[in-house]
Amino acid sequence: MLCRDQVEAWIRAFAGAIADQKEYLTQLDTAIGDADHGTNLDRGFRKVLERLDDWRQGGIGKLLQEVGMTLIATVGGASGPLYGTFFVRAAAAAGSGESLIDAEAAEMFSQGVDGVAQRGRAELGDKTMVDVLVPARDAWMAATKEGTSLAEAVERAVGVAAEARDATGPMLARRGRASYLGERSRGHIDPGAASAHLMLQSLMLTIEREDS
Amino acid sequence: MNRFLNDPDTFVKESLEGLAAAHGKVLRVHQDPLYVHRVDSPVSGKVGILSGGGSGHEPLHAGFVGRGMLDAACPGEIFTSPTPDQIVEAAKAIDGGNGILFIVKNYSGDIMNFEMAADLVRAEGLRVQTVVVDDDVAVKDSTYTQGRRGTGTTVAIEKICGSAAEAGYDLPNIGALGRRVNLHGRSIGLALSSCSPPATGRPMFALSEKEVEFGIGIHGEPGVERVSAVSSDEMVSRLVESLLADQDYTRKSHAWDDGSESRVEVEETDQAIGEGDRVLALVSGMGATPLAELYIVYRALAEHCVGAGIRIERNLVGNLVTSLDMRGVLITLVKLDEEMLGLWDAPVRTAALQWG
Repeated sequence: MLCRDQVEAWIRAFAGAIADQKEYLTQLDTAIGDADHGTNLDRGFRKVLERLDDWRQGGIGKLLQEVGMTLIATVGGASGPLYGTFFVRAAAAAGSGESLIDAEAAEMFSQGVDGVAQRGRAELGDKTMVDVLVPARDAWMAATKEGTSLAEAVERAVGVAAEARDATGPMLARRGRASYLGERSRGHIDPGAASAHLMLQSLMLTIEREDS
Repeated sequence: MNRFLNDPDTFVKESLEGLAAAHGKVLRVHQDPLYVHRVDSPVSGKVGILSGGGSGHEPLHAGFVGRGMLDAACPGEIFTSPTPDQIVEAAKAIDGGNGILFIVKNYSGDIMNFEMAADLVRAEGLRVQTVVVDDDVAVKDSTYTQGRRGTGTTVAIEKICGSAAEAGYDLPNIGALGRRVNLHGRSIGLALSSCSPPATGRPMFALSEKEVEFGIGIHGEPGVERVSAVSSDEMVSRLVESLLADQDYTRKSHAWDDGSESRVEVEETDQAIGEGDRVLALVSGMGATPLAELYIVYRALAEHCVGAGIRIERNLVGNLVTSLDMRGVLITLVKLDEEMLGLWDAPVRTAALQWG
């Protein structure tokens, strides 16, 4: 079960992780992009944090929708539409309720991932956040089908996400600004893959905190 | 190095406020959401021409707002595409009743934000067409990448489409014209130094005195290859040779189809530039290149074109599409036909370009 307060705590935790890792994300983006991934996401999430209290009324869907729209309007670049679309699509899947059962939570995440892949027209192996989100989603779904707890399913997804993030290092970029570097894009972790891992890790830490 | 910077967070805003103060007869700056528009917009009955992209490329795009060019420009943060709300509000503000043309450079962020904006604008009943600029020949293996970047040809498209709109062209014809100019344009750039974004104040890559970056983009990103520095004429030779050696180029893009009301994949091919062609030649500094050096580049470019049997009908030398304080150059050739030449020559009144 994932309740609305946990979702809000997840958003706060992700915003905090972005702020903490801002320099690291920007450093990754300096190597193969344009040195602004951390700065741009942090600008968007600071705006989200300012407004979170205004979204108290309404269920999980309303909260996620507002997060997505705020990111779309404040982040810009590629990460604005991509993370924005993730939360807007997750919002549609979550609906107006105050809580989600485990299978619904997995479905919420999965719909968000599909939204990202469609918006960016990225495929597996392109060296993007999709390379983290898709295998992590698959691990989460598989664990849920086995009947594990939500905490266990998300933990497995985070483990897969960390490996998948590191696996973007040797890849040749085929989407986004890194793709212009050709062979020179190899040897650097994709910044979007790193922030996508942080998103999942933030969810895991939020759920664990509740359990303990 | 010191710079004229009060606060990185207000850098873009303050620069635009200065632009508006200096060119109050030409343009206005709208805040929240941020966009620049013609002082007399909306122009009734005229197709609205809207462009935008990350800041740091000045005078592109806001410097090209005015009669004969853009109705609105949407500036993003430094090297970051604008957001859909900026584009939507700008489009509504310049709508003269005959539709809006979006001119978008081919970067994943720009494509996504402009697509989202186009969907929102269409939902409000406005007609929108998009021209995607992808003219940078440094990007070779485009089958598996984002494709070519949009650089110098953007200036030609903004001018030619802007003047076509003044002349009363309708939206489908302006869209087709803009795509034709894009297919006729090719660019390549070279950097002698990196640039330092206001937020970090640090160069984005390090280059020794003995090296140059060949095939750069316009966001301070490294080029496709780092090569040894040679004489200016040799560097220009290498640039021009790679422009002219570039063969027919085919790209796939996603264009809006009014009939099916959805995006469809379209394939377009342009032809190499060669003997007998008449061209517009642009030599743009990357922001920190002295004008005197740009003319040394133009001198070599002009000699090359004579040698290759290519006639430069028109030219522009100066800062057109820049990358903050980068030292470097961007060379663009656009094949011209009579229609494009006439529209290029038509009057223009913007902050950066005025003639006729």
